Amino acid sequence: MNPVSLSRWLLAGEWRAHWLQVTVALTAIAIGVAMAFSIHLINTAAFNEFSAASKSLSGQSDLQVRGRKAFFDEALYPVLARHDGVAVANPVLEFDVAIPGKQQNRNDHKLKIVGIDMFRAAQISPDLLGLPAEGKTLDRLADDAIFLSPAAMEWLQVEQGDALQLYAGLQTITLRVAGGLVRARAGQRVAVMDIGAAQWHFQHLGVLSRIELKLRDGVNHAAFKAKLAEELGEAYWVTEIVDQEKRIANMSRAYRINLNMLALVALFTGTFLVFSTQALSVIRRRQQFALLRVLGFTRRQLLRQIVTEGGILGVIGSLLGLALGYAVAVLAIRLLGGDLGTNFFPGVKPGIHFDPWDAALFFTVGLVVTVLGSIIPALEAARAKPAVALRTGSEDTAMAKLSMPWFALICLLVALIFTQLPPVFELPIFGYLAIVLLLIGGIALMPRLTAWFFSALSAQWQQRRIGVVSTLALARLANAPNQAAIALGGILASFSLMVAMAIMVTSFRISIDHWLGRVLPADLYVRAAASGDLQADAQKAIAGLPGFGRVDFFRTQQLTLDVNRPEITLFARPVDQADPRNTLPLTDDMIAPGALPENTMPVWVSEAMVDLYGYRVGDKVTLPVGATPSEFLVAGVWRDYGRQFGAIQMQLADYQALTGDLSINTVAMWVRPGVSLDAATTGLRQLPFGAALEISRSSDMRALSLEIFDRSFAVTYLLELIAVVIGLLGVAASFSAQTLARIKEFGMLRHIGVMRRQILAMLAAEGGLLTALGIVLGFLLGWSISLILVFIVNPQSFHWTMELHLPWNWLAMIAVIMLVTAALTALLAGRWAVSGEVVRAVKEDW
Amino acid sequence: MLELINVNKAYAGGRRVLADLSYTLNAGEYVAIMGESGVGKSTLLNLIAGLDTPDSGEILINGVAISALDDDAATQLRREQFGFVFQAFHVLPHLTLAQNIALPLLLNGATTEYVQQMLEQVGLQGRGDHFSRQLSGGELQRVAIARALIHRPKLVLADEPTGNLDPDTAHEILQLMRAEIKSNGATAILVTHSHAAAATADFVLNLTKDGLRPARSEQLA
Repeated sequence: MNPVSLSRWLLAGEWRAHWLQVTVALTAIAIGVAMAFSIHLINTAAFNEFSAASKSLSGQSDLQVRGRKAFFDEALYPVLARHDGVAVANPVLEFDVAIPGKQQNRNDHKLKIVGIDMFRAAQISPDLLGLPAEGKTLDRLADDAIFLSPAAMEWLQVEQGDALQLYAGLQTITLRVAGGLVRARAGQRVAVMDIGAAQWHFQHLGVLSRIELKLRDGVNHAAFKAKLAEELGEAYWVTEIVDQEKRIANMSRAYRINLNMLALVALFTGTFLVFSTQALSVIRRRQQFALLRVLGFTRRQLLRQIVTEGGILGVIGSLLGLALGYAVAVLAIRLLGGDLGTNFFPGVKPGIHFDPWDAALFFTVGLVVTVLGSIIPALEAARAKPAVALRTGSEDTAMAKLSMPWFALICLLVALIFTQLPPVFELPIFGYLAIVLLLIGGIALMPRLTAWFFSALSAQWQQRRIGVVSTLALARLANAPNQAAIALGGILASFSLMVAMAIMVTSFRISIDHWLGRVLPADLYVRAAASGDLQADAQKAIAGLPGFGRVDFFRTQQLTLDVNRPEITLFARPVDQADPRNTLPLTDDMIAPGALPENTMPVWVSEAMVDLYGYRVGDKVTLPVGATPSEFLVAGVWRDYGRQFGAIQMQLADYQALTGDLSINTVAMWVRPGVSLDAATTGLRQLPFGAALEISRSSDMRALSLEIFDRSFAVTYLLELIAVVIGLLGVAASFSAQTLARIKEFGMLRHIGVMRRQILAMLAAEGGLLTALGIVLGFLLGWSISLILVFIVNPQSFHWTMELHLPWNWLAMIAVIMLVTAALTALLAGRWAVSGEVVRAVKEDW
Repeated sequence: MLELINVNKAYAGGRRVLADLSYTLNAGEYVAIMGESGVGKSTLLNLIAGLDTPDSGEILINGVAISALDDDAATQLRREQFGFVFQAFHVLPHLTLAQNIALPLLLNGATTEYVQQMLEQVGLQGRGDHFSRQLSGGELQRVAIARALIHRPKLVLADEPTGNLDPDTAHEILQLMRAEIKSNGATAILVTHSHAAAATADFVLNLTKDGLRPARSEQLA
């Protein structure tokens, strides 16, 4: 007999005898790995596809020149075309237009139009060249022709030769679908037309979105870029493709990382379950291992045996997890889209690609956490003195080594320190580490807390006359706290995470609800459907409508302040100068009303501007508003849940004075008392340009926003649920393993006259008391974690703050469900405890 | 006190262990049962305790057919009238010694004042707050004896109570057990392989495939 055969025998025997525990452990690992892997696959696929789709619009240019505002004067084009070192300059106009009949879905009613110069684009962006009908090559230059990607054709339900109606400002125009864009990416909704026709039809005469440059051979790109940037001055950005990728990555980075963190939380819960399964399995077999040591098994062999068991579980569980994760990712993409319903990657239809390196990484993570979960109990078993371990009653002593109050306290202390640290690379890395340390510290503190609490309870109850069931249950919980703590750990981990997420989501939702009330005070909001502008005559017509008590005009536009970041939004609107809080949802960080210095132009910045651009109240900042950049005073900070990349509000009068631009694109309207919203809407529709207006009721916008919010968090709820299921699996595994380990105890109790139902009651009482304590401690731990999520992770990830709200009813409901489920789980696991086997178990030495 | 009437029992595989077993044990008698391994000694104890049911035949405890009782009634009977001493002690590790001994009293809803006196009787005075891990094998068996007798059972079943003990400790325990059983006026069945242990009983029975027979003197030598 060689040691390998013996090892195989021991392993096969153990797994055959306790297949249920093995199955639970495998399931936990597989689910943990599957969640982490599937979310990684979905995020990567969606991000890559979104990035590729964006890049396909930019072609193979070496450099791009963009304005700080969305559009800039086309006069720059001939300058660059003739510039030394430039081989080709390709002017591009890119904008979104609304589609008649699609306005009902505000998040999905626009088509991206790219206007190109066919001759220049052929050299830089050949993917954007439309494929006209045979013999109609000149359609590429026709002013009524538009080329659509396959996804756009499908969405608009048109074919080559059909007419397509689009909004252009307040008018509707009709174009001819002249062909397709065969090289567009799957799911990419885009249209291409001649740049001159696009400028003319859509009221963008004389402006461009960007100019793409291909440099001559031998020109040093970096040097040229620096020189050109200097020549063009602050009004323009000179960027490379890599900048664009960074910008796209920045857009969704926080979202992607948060989702990945949630998936890792599921994996962490799984790891804890593996640890508890292994620890309990080792305790149950403590005497067997002692016997093997007596018979000549070395410490190293024993250690290897237990770690190998964990390793094999890790290998099988991780492989199952990879397969499951891949299947979940494919299914989720098909059902929910690449952004899992959050609209982070609009118009993208990604496909899942299996990358062996990524799979190897997640396989390794699954394997390593499983082996780590096995090492502590394995070390204890290997170090145990066989003579001591052979005796019954030494099990809890063995587990005492897992009770590490100092380690727990150090974890909690370090977690506290981490909560005070700033973000790293604009990510709340220390916030997440603090959460992990809180969980580890909280779980490691459990044996001590369990012993303390149940000893106190037991002492209290012993002064009264209590029944045998209570005595047995309390004595076990008080005097075998380490085994109890393992079961408690599973409850604690899952319940605390659930509490934390519930508090965070509720706080976020209520804060958004309050915020929507502040930012949407009017009854109706009106915009030109094509995101076009409303000129003075249209404004006058709207303002002159009867039925409205107040009409505010807004001008919004996008500004680029940092080439590596997404654009920020500038709102120009009437702000109550006497007290801006009447107009804006300001935080306490503001210059007091009336204290604004004269002859300054105030701006109120969103919290993201403070985090991302370092704007502080009282700072003087220069913004590219008007022909030349102007200086503004930061007068206050407002809360903005709509734009995580930054937004600025300024007085409409200041904007108009600086730019001379009197057009507006949004109107907020308050109806007079007694006037119905339907009547008011009808009045608007009856205007000559009424059909081209997007009219939204604030109540609908609010409901839609909350609906989008709920959809965005659907995946969070799913992950939460999975963490809880894993936690309950852990409870089941812990209780069933402990029931098996206690079979002789139950046998003795049955002999001396304890009834079956009393044993079941005892198990239910143990399970219930333990879960109740787990719920209380889990609530405290979850509340602490929620503070980190609300006050650290969210502001550092998304640059917004929120108020803390606790969903008491929901938490109470979940607590009751957990309590009942855990008690039932304990009962189910304890069915062995009342079987005939237990009677025979008293004859066994081990 | 105990009547076995034509008791038959076979294992699940069909192997018959007890065949037409009949015997009557009177109150206050202390009997030792010996026999080869696998002859059915422990099975017999399980049947008497109502933890298993005979395939046929009757077992009467003070006239009550235990096999006719449902599980709750059999458990109630065991709780009130039986005491058990096991080879492997089975002292619960998470209860103190006093709590372990008090278990039958708690089950019967009786007061636990008598526990300290019982601890003294078995030589463990002042150790009621100790746990099993602090005790030797002999001391653990003293706890088990105290637990078996604390509620003054009418029938004590002891299955190899000294199997895990050295001869000197075994002798001490057997003397203690006999003294306690006798002072309680209980009936007792001691299943053992040990002639020395069997010798502490009032008389010895030999269990064979032919039934229970008084052991001959040469069998006890």
